[in-house]
Amino acid sequence: MSSTVLITIISLSTLGLLAAIVLFFVARKFKVYEDPRIDQVEEALPGANCGGCGFAGCRNFAEALVKAESFEGLNCPVGGSDTMKSAAEILGRVAPEVEPRVAVVRCNGTPEHSPRTNSYDGAPNCTIAHSVYGGETGCSYGCLGLGECVDACDFDAMYMDSVTELPVIIDDNCVACGACVRACPRDIIELRKKSKKERKIYVCCVNEDKGGPARKACKVACIGCGKCQQVCEFDAITIANNLAFIDSDKCKFCRKCEPVCPTGAILELNFPPRKPKEEKEAKVEA
Amino acid sequence: MNKLLKISPSPHVTGKETTGKLMFGVVIALLPALAATIWFFGWAALLVTAVSVVSCVIFEFLITKYILKKTPTINDGSAVVTGLLLAFCLPVNLPVWIIIIGALVAIGVAKMTFGGLGNNPFNPALVGRVFLFLSFPVQMTTWPVPRGFATGYADAETGATALSILNENYDKGNIDSLLNTPGSELPGYSQLFWGEMGGSLGEIAAFALILGLIYMLAKKIITWHIPVSILGTVAVFTALLWLANPSSNIDPLYHLMSGGLLLGAIFMATDYVTSPMSGRGMIVYGIGIGVITVLIRRFGAYPEGVQFAILIMNAFTPLINTYLKPVRFGEEVKHG
Amino acid sequence: MLKTFPKGGVHPPENKLSSVSPVEVLPTPQQVVIPVSQHIGAPASPVVKKGDMVKAGEVIATGQGFVSANIHSSVSGKVLKIDKMPDSTGYKQLSVIIDVEGDEWDPAIDRSETVVREISLSAEEIVKRCNAMGIVGMGGATFPSHVKLSVPPGKKCDILIINGVECEPYLTSDHRIMIERGEELLTGVTIIMKALGVERAIIGIENNKPDAIENLTSLAAAFSGISVQPLSVKYPQGGEKQLIRALIKREVPSGKLPIEVGTVVHNVGTAVAVYEAVQKNKPLIERVVTVTGKDLARPCNLLVRIGTPVADLINFAGGIPESTAKIVNGGPMMGKAISTPEVPVTKGTSGIILFTEEEAVRNPSGPCIRCGKCITACAMGLEPFLLMTLASRALTERMEKERIMDCMECGSCSYICPASRPLLDYIRLGKQLTGKVIRERSHK
Repeated sequence: MSSTVLITIISLSTLGLLAAIVLFFVARKFKVYEDPRIDQVEEALPGANCGGCGFAGCRNFAEALVKAESFEGLNCPVGGSDTMKSAAEILGRVAPEVEPRVAVVRCNGTPEHSPRTNSYDGAPNCTIAHSVYGGETGCSYGCLGLGECVDACDFDAMYMDSVTELPVIIDDNCVACGACVRACPRDIIELRKKSKKERKIYVCCVNEDKGGPARKACKVACIGCGKCQQVCEFDAITIANNLAFIDSDKCKFCRKCEPVCPTGAILELNFPPRKPKEEKEAKVEA
Repeated sequence: MNKLLKISPSPHVTGKETTGKLMFGVVIALLPALAATIWFFGWAALLVTAVSVVSCVIFEFLITKYILKKTPTINDGSAVVTGLLLAFCLPVNLPVWIIIIGALVAIGVAKMTFGGLGNNPFNPALVGRVFLFLSFPVQMTTWPVPRGFATGYADAETGATALSILNENYDKGNIDSLLNTPGSELPGYSQLFWGEMGGSLGEIAAFALILGLIYMLAKKIITWHIPVSILGTVAVFTALLWLANPSSNIDPLYHLMSGGLLLGAIFMATDYVTSPMSGRGMIVYGIGIGVITVLIRRFGAYPEGVQFAILIMNAFTPLINTYLKPVRFGEEVKHG
Repeated sequence: MLKTFPKGGVHPPENKLSSVSPVEVLPTPQQVVIPVSQHIGAPASPVVKKGDMVKAGEVIATGQGFVSANIHSSVSGKVLKIDKMPDSTGYKQLSVIIDVEGDEWDPAIDRSETVVREISLSAEEIVKRCNAMGIVGMGGATFPSHVKLSVPPGKKCDILIINGVECEPYLTSDHRIMIERGEELLTGVTIIMKALGVERAIIGIENNKPDAIENLTSLAAAFSGISVQPLSVKYPQGGEKQLIRALIKREVPSGKLPIEVGTVVHNVGTAVAVYEAVQKNKPLIERVVTVTGKDLARPCNLLVRIGTPVADLINFAGGIPESTAKIVNGGPMMGKAISTPEVPVTKGTSGIILFTEEEAVRNPSGPCIRCGKCITACAMGLEPFLLMTLASRALTERMEKERIMDCMECGSCSYICPASRPLLDYIRLGKQLTGKVIRERSHK
């Protein structure tokens, strides 16, 4: 009996020892040198692996930072300036100042504004619906309402509003990683510069049709009339393909464009109410 | 026409087959075996089956609704099939509380922890059965002798199954004499075929199981690959053993009809979720089950090995699915 | 045992409601909307302008490049405007809108009924004529036919296959053509044979069309080298690769064209269009469209001018029934649902099907039970369940390895799935993603 136990102990220990020796030499032989700073930089990053930086994950981004000559064009939108500064400290470089951004959904095609003309019965996936047809409304540019952007969001910063059938962004949670922008097959979501008190003023439409058909499909469509461009004093507004666009880097929040818009396609959010005039009804609270 | 037109990608027509209908088909295919077992074991058999089915359905309902917080999926009928199959591999005098534990393990552990229907790697009914087998070895291996309709639930006379008698006698080398002696306790071929012998609920009546197989093949619920490859492998393997040494091996026909082999090959191994999906894969899987079954039966400590064989091959299913793909178009006929 | 393809396939209910209705001529509409892109390949470019008067058969847009097709006016009248109009997908497409005035045809077109069997043009002239006349594949894929009428250098073609399978349920337009226009059809086949320089042609027809088989078999006796082969009924037999496998037992390798195995496939409708173009100088300005549906008053086959609104066809067949829940342009397995009957008929419109609520609405999808029925149904030997999972995770590399690009989108997998999973929806998505990756790689 005791000899059986002894044999077992000896044979298993020998086996373990042998395996340990093999592993030791294999580990030595195949060791890959890695810059220790990669680990340090990775520590400093948020670790969400959201891909907002354009790399597959935080580790890849850390590798890119260590390799890069300068931080130009490299930014972690989630961590923002603070993270980039601490990464720069580790590597002894300077991080350029980056403006924080926030995602906005540029479509206001609620069932009320944009009547449904058919009902979609396919797989609940925006990209699939987009490749099948123009959508449930007469507008073939607007939101399909199947929530692929919401699924793409890793930060609980989006939800689908069941009444408007549009995605809503929760500004406090949004880190501008851009996952929703990439997920949307129709390029409806845009990352805009974040302003104080979450103020926003933007053209809430991406319809490139001419005024008539656009308006027919949706009451609040941009018809590309150019009135907003005329009143803008900062050259922030451009008109292309029957569609106005307010550049958030140039916009000074003067609020002149919003009242002139004949269709209410321009939205301003989180501003104090205008004194002389009453609030426009087409407002959506984010 | 005041409703909105529907839009969806093609195809715009769908077949009549649904998950529920397929599961219902399996239940129908199991009915002959249920009838046979009630005939031989009396209402006790119905009691065991009912307890098993009802507790499987209830556990599935409770777990989906209160733990997973999803819409209960009991309508698809998969819990009913699990319950039936679990009952079919239990002895008829098993206490009710043990059956309920078996159902809990089958549904709760083997199925729901992996995400419910379609995600479980192992056949739930078999996991439940093996769990009970290892936890309650005594209760799980006392087999009542069939005494017909009037058999009471607890007063059954118990005896050994064909395979356990064989298991004790393989090494003694007296199998042929055992089979040919009139009045020996080893059941004869007709008993095996009609089911008048000791054993778990569903495995006794070979003819009823074969009826089920014919029904499922005719209704295209399963394909021939798995049952045929399992039974074929067992037949070939046991034939070789038998021809080599007839005195310490039983013939292939006896092997095919005894124990849980038919039940396993027809109903358990063919479980959609846990079996390979391509024809080639199914054949490899079936051969694996056949070989392991015979190895356990003939050379292992247990008299019956089909349940373990199926569970072992279940574990290989993902591997088989990865490496044995269906033959792609353009690979069969080479031209030009 | 009748011939068929061995791998996969399904048997949807045939529902050929209109198979006994002879082709009727639909009256010319008030206005036509003719998209400049009705074919696979580069859109044509308009050559008329607002206010121009056009005759039926006049070129209104010319094809751009080799894989493209000319577009002709299907009516006579005045060009109202050239504008973006929603096509059957709901996306806007450049179209020529013509207000119909009278019905004056281009004088070069021979409109007589007589069948001209003598082929005077040479092989090159045939190809050129078909190109000029805007002939495209009439089976639904709308691939410009002239591309498939000449054998590429270095390749050999020894047999022509004519697709008279019409395996899609409901559709009967090819069926009617084979019965009513047999002689023209066979002359068209002879023309294609001449263009390709082949001696032999087989017309494959499923045996649910015995009258068509009989008609063509008796007529074919007078044509050299053409034979008719009945096939057993199985979807998707009309798929090019499946048909070739069924008829001549050759398998087209993955990612290759039929010419790789020495054959070319044309549809019966295309053969008639080729006949008209070559012998009658008539461009592709009208086609036979099946209008059908279980609750439709009068399922029928109509000869329709290209650009006619679908609504006109439905009205002719008895109007939209109250129960209609979905209108499909094409067959029920591969056609496209349209959101409004105002969209025009194009060169690829083989049928208009009105589905009732019961037929049209998809069942809610359940979890995959790994029954493997999609694998059994796939005629290309793929694993749809796996491709769906890979597509929803955008794993393009795996998808390419699992041969997702072999999928011809026949829909058998979605049809058979007992859990009603939208397999093909996701496989299409996967094909898009994978195709993009492959294209990017080849550009590098």
